[in-house]
Amino acid sequence: MKTFLRLTAVVRPYYLWMGLAALIGFATTGSGIGLLVTSGYIIAKAALLPPPGALQLGILGVRFFGIARGVLRYAERLISHNTTFRILAGLRLWFYDAIEPLAPARLLYYKSADLLQRVVDDIQSLENIYTRVLAPPVTALLVSALMWFLLGVYSLQAALLVMLFHLLAGIGIPLLTMKLGRGIQSSIMDIKTNQQVLALDLLQGIGELQVYGQLPEHLAVMQENEKEMLGLQRRNAVLDGMHESLTGFIMNAAVIAVLSALVSSIPGSGSGGIFFTVITLAVMASFEPFLPLPASLKNLEADTHAGERLFEILDARPETTPPVKPLPFPANHVIRMVNLNFTYPRSPLKTLDNISFTVEPGQHIAIVGPSGAGKSTITSLLMRFWNTREGQLTIGGHDIGLFDQENLRRHIALVSQKTYLFAETIRENLLLANPEANDDELKKALADAGLGHFTPKLDEWTGQHGMKLSGGERQRIAIARVLLQNAPVMILDEATANLDSITEKEVTATLAAVSSGKTLVAITHRLKSMEQFDSIIVIDKGKIAEQGRHDELMRNNGTYRRMWELQHSGKDS
Amino acid sequence: MNIDRRLFQLLKEEKSPFLLSVISGSMASVMLIVQAYYLSRIINAAFIDKWSMNRLMPFLALFALFSILRMLFSWVSHVKANSGSGIIREKLFSRFTSRVADLGPLYSRSVQSGRLSNTMLKGIEALDAYYSSYIPQIFFALFTPVLIVCAIFTDDWISGIILLLSAPLIPFFMIVIGKRASAVTEKQWKTMSRMSGHFLDMLQGLPTLKLFAQSRRQRKSIEETGENFRKATMKVLKIAFLSSLTLELVGTIGTAVIAVSIGMRMMAGQLSFRQALFVLVLTPDFYLPLRQLGTKFHAGMEGVSASREIFDVLDHGASLSAAAKDCIEESAAAGQSIVFSGISYTYPAGSHPAIDAVSLTLPAGKTTALVGPSGAGKSTLINLLLRFLEPSNGSITISGKAVDRIALEAWHRQISWVPQHPYLFNATLRENIMIARRDASATELESALEKTGLAGFISSLPDGLETVIGEQGARLSGGEAQRVALARAFLKNAPILVLDEPTSHTDPELEAGLRCSMQSLMNGRTTVIIAHRLETIRDADQILVVSGGKITQSGTHDELVRTDGFYRDSLYLQKEAAI
Ligand SMILES: Nc1ncnc2c1ncn2[C@@H]1O[C@H](COP(=O)(O)OP(=O)(O)O)[C@@H](O)[C@H]1O
Ligand SMILES: Nc1ncnc2c1ncn2[C@@H]1O[C@H](COP(=O)(O)OP(=O)(O)O)[C@@H](O)[C@H]1O
Ligand SMILES: [Mg+2]
Ligand SMILES: [Mg+2]
Repeated sequence: MKTFLRLTAVVRPYYLWMGLAALIGFATTGSGIGLLVTSGYIIAKAALLPPPGALQLGILGVRFFGIARGVLRYAERLISHNTTFRILAGLRLWFYDAIEPLAPARLLYYKSADLLQRVVDDIQSLENIYTRVLAPPVTALLVSALMWFLLGVYSLQAALLVMLFHLLAGIGIPLLTMKLGRGIQSSIMDIKTNQQVLALDLLQGIGELQVYGQLPEHLAVMQENEKEMLGLQRRNAVLDGMHESLTGFIMNAAVIAVLSALVSSIPGSGSGGIFFTVITLAVMASFEPFLPLPASLKNLEADTHAGERLFEILDARPETTPPVKPLPFPANHVIRMVNLNFTYPRSPLKTLDNISFTVEPGQHIAIVGPSGAGKSTITSLLMRFWNTREGQLTIGGHDIGLFDQENLRRHIALVSQKTYLFAETIRENLLLANPEANDDELKKALADAGLGHFTPKLDEWTGQHGMKLSGGERQRIAIARVLLQNAPVMILDEATANLDSITEKEVTATLAAVSSGKTLVAITHRLKSMEQFDSIIVIDKGKIAEQGRHDELMRNNGTYRRMWELQHSGKDS
Repeated sequence: MNIDRRLFQLLKEEKSPFLLSVISGSMASVMLIVQAYYLSRIINAAFIDKWSMNRLMPFLALFALFSILRMLFSWVSHVKANSGSGIIREKLFSRFTSRVADLGPLYSRSVQSGRLSNTMLKGIEALDAYYSSYIPQIFFALFTPVLIVCAIFTDDWISGIILLLSAPLIPFFMIVIGKRASAVTEKQWKTMSRMSGHFLDMLQGLPTLKLFAQSRRQRKSIEETGENFRKATMKVLKIAFLSSLTLELVGTIGTAVIAVSIGMRMMAGQLSFRQALFVLVLTPDFYLPLRQLGTKFHAGMEGVSASREIFDVLDHGASLSAAAKDCIEESAAAGQSIVFSGISYTYPAGSHPAIDAVSLTLPAGKTTALVGPSGAGKSTLINLLLRFLEPSNGSITISGKAVDRIALEAWHRQISWVPQHPYLFNATLRENIMIARRDASATELESALEKTGLAGFISSLPDGLETVIGEQGARLSGGEAQRVALARAFLKNAPILVLDEPTSHTDPELEAGLRCSMQSLMNGRTTVIIAHRLETIRDADQILVVSGGKITQSGTHDELVRTDGFYRDSLYLQKEAAI
């Protein structure tokens, strides 16, 4: 219920439009009733052989209601759907605004398929909250009231009877179908999410599934899921058919009841008979707005479930919050870590343990160390994907939290260890780093990154995750991006791991040229040309094991020297 | 082939529920007419003949009986149509997913995953409206009005004529509007599809967007996509509503004309009240199925648009060689060399071949290393070996037998593979590793972890093997993720071993350790390994240098060091600091 109230609050700005649409909806049904009633009036009156011209009023009414119903329905639909879509577009942005600050720290354990399901399907099911949940009961209530009023004027008994049947159709049947169908909607939605996860695992992990012989099983599970969902949808159809039939049945019962009640009271005079005919037809027509009511409760369940899933994201607190008064990025951007500790949530061990080092502007430093030592974690902290809770991380003497995040990231360029390319063209993927860059700049960046032969391919599509490119090509696109970004601080996290030595040498040469005068932090496992670094930080198990220039570290006879020798201990030369 | 024909073909395979549905629905229509007859009798008797309640009783009872029957019939009709549509959907889903599976990784990666999954899940669901509502409605829109007109003719032929005259207007309007609507619906479906693809990419790439401070721009693009979708949909809906309006107007005006006409003729004494009432009660039911056809047509159109994408996938690469049945013995692969002869491959839409007439031999039980510049075609060679790609020329044989004659599954059973970019499932570590062999024992798993140096790391995790590793292994370091993929290969223990840059993200010390354990794994297995750090492969039995899609050099380490070329240059570069 709470979720539902929150949902209605979301659509509050559109209340006026929604109210208008509901009113027109009522008028539409009213016209339908009017059409039947006036036609009934015509023939009942005609049966009494009145003087010519007596039918005039009826004829006018028939025409009026006939046209009004069509036009009103058109207007109602246009308004309500337009409103719906505005709500929908608003919801998407609302969701994006909520999810964007959560990435990546708070989204770590969500499956992207699940999130996709939320942003597309859950939001889409909310679009119905007005047309299919809120409006039908309002229309039914108004029509019901109209009927009581019309009937009550002539016969209180008939009015009470109709009210009874309306209550049955309007509350009894929907409650019954809801009781019988409880949980179906949410189960269907859960299965759909599950299917989305399986589908994306299939599409993106098909190679692994094939080679490891898991494909038949994976497909079987998907088929099983599909079957289960179809079963639920079939149950839904049975219930839909049931409530439709029951409503129809109640309508007929109401007709019989009203007929029986009125038959003894038909007076000799004509108008009583006319009333009798007209009422019967009106009662039949008045049940139309009750048909969508069970669906309205069904959608209520779906929307509440969707709402819960969306609010779960909306209510999550981002890892980092923007400062109230952001500082500009300082010219003297000395990066300093002092006694920095960092522990990932749900992790018992410190990933970074008492790290202290300084990178002066213009300095080039290298970070080396075993896999899992915490090197990439340092870059994540610098990009402010995570908060630093213990110890200090400052830039230009100010805590990193005092800078606007986007501004910070514009000034620190990172080639991340896990290159992500979007399923767009190469151009789009490059423009990400600098939306203003012109084609010449893009081509130059490509060439500098060792992809000179890609310059005619700017408009070529890269495939999902850039999989139409080879691993090394993807990595070089990532390097081209950083070149385009042209930021004062550059971080390279194993940026050349997928390149052969010759290409690597070319690329590192460009990077060295580009980074002269800039601050550079390079994380690498390939200990080559290490003399060029002003300082090398060796990290092991989250601690700084050694720190110094290449020759100092070589003299130290520690971890660094061991690693270096492993790589350079050729049996030959 | 015409889309509707193909959709109908699917229907023909599952006729019986639809037949039942249509028969029940027709029965319901008959009941409707009988009911209307009794209603007019009752009202007539009460109003004109002033019958007492007692005399009316049997009529009321019959009216009630037929109303119950009608409801039951229409319920059955509804349920049957739905179950028929369910059967078709289930079949189509199974065909679609197996097709995607057959098309393999190259296809799945070349299209947006979100888009393809949208077709797979929502596209097939969209066909529901087509089969369960639209198709039966086509029949009812013909049958019910005809039945009603016949019934009305018996009582009042003039009204029958009026109805007959107005009815053709409805299909006329529908065709006019339907033509435009189908184009627009198609576009709307495409927008929707594209949007799903786009959203998934955005969600998976959100950290990258943030890295480049592009989140705001992304917001704008979502706003635009949403707005485009709204516009596309409203366009469809406007047409749908307009067609409803026309149909509705034809219906209501028809009703009005009939009411006036029968009223006039009653006054002239040509028509009795009972007859008039009967006609009047049935008139709306004459138009109703036609009107509903309009609404259901639009609902069904979405399915038709979606089915275009569905059939595209089903037809894609229809020439894919039929799966061979031959099974290869486990031992057969173990002792056999694999021979590539004159293999060429050009990627779809590629301008030049990625692999150009390559011949090579992977000697049985020996290690072959592929080295070469990035983008040379090394991974492509492996994709050919794994049969993710079919060579456009040449053949791959094992003990003289073409591998494409071996059932794909049987072939894959022989292979352990560590891809360059392993896909990690957002599940626990255990599930991610056990995928290689579900029936592996605890000790085998232990040993795989030990050999890949993951044991220590896993024991440091509070949940150990049950730790969920997050999307694409987000919670692991790069080297850890790579070793998870390596552990799979250790666990699978197949006679052919394929390693595509398995240690590119590991540090030298760990790599030295891994090299030892990998050596024990490669021992006696036919192995292909790609690596850029040459110390990884210096002990290989054969080293092939791949460049520009060709094999430019081959030999052992000792031979290649002595020859000018890529290998020697690279080696020199890697050692330069040492010299
Ligand atoms: N989001 C996370 N949650 C929990 N643990 C993490 C997360 N990301 C990384 N880790 C763990 O922290 C350690 C350091 O990771 P990382 O900094 O990526 O190492 P590397 O030095 O190889 O770059 C690893 O053991 C890894 O498993
Ligand atoms: N799916 C694909 N579609 C089109 N071109 C591709 C595809 N995959 C790879 N290529 C191209 O084929 C060439 C060889 O790629 P690959 O075999 O992955 O190189 P590598 O030797 O680095 O492993 C590259 O130029 C790459 O751009
Ligand atoms: Mg790392
Ligand atoms: Mg490769």
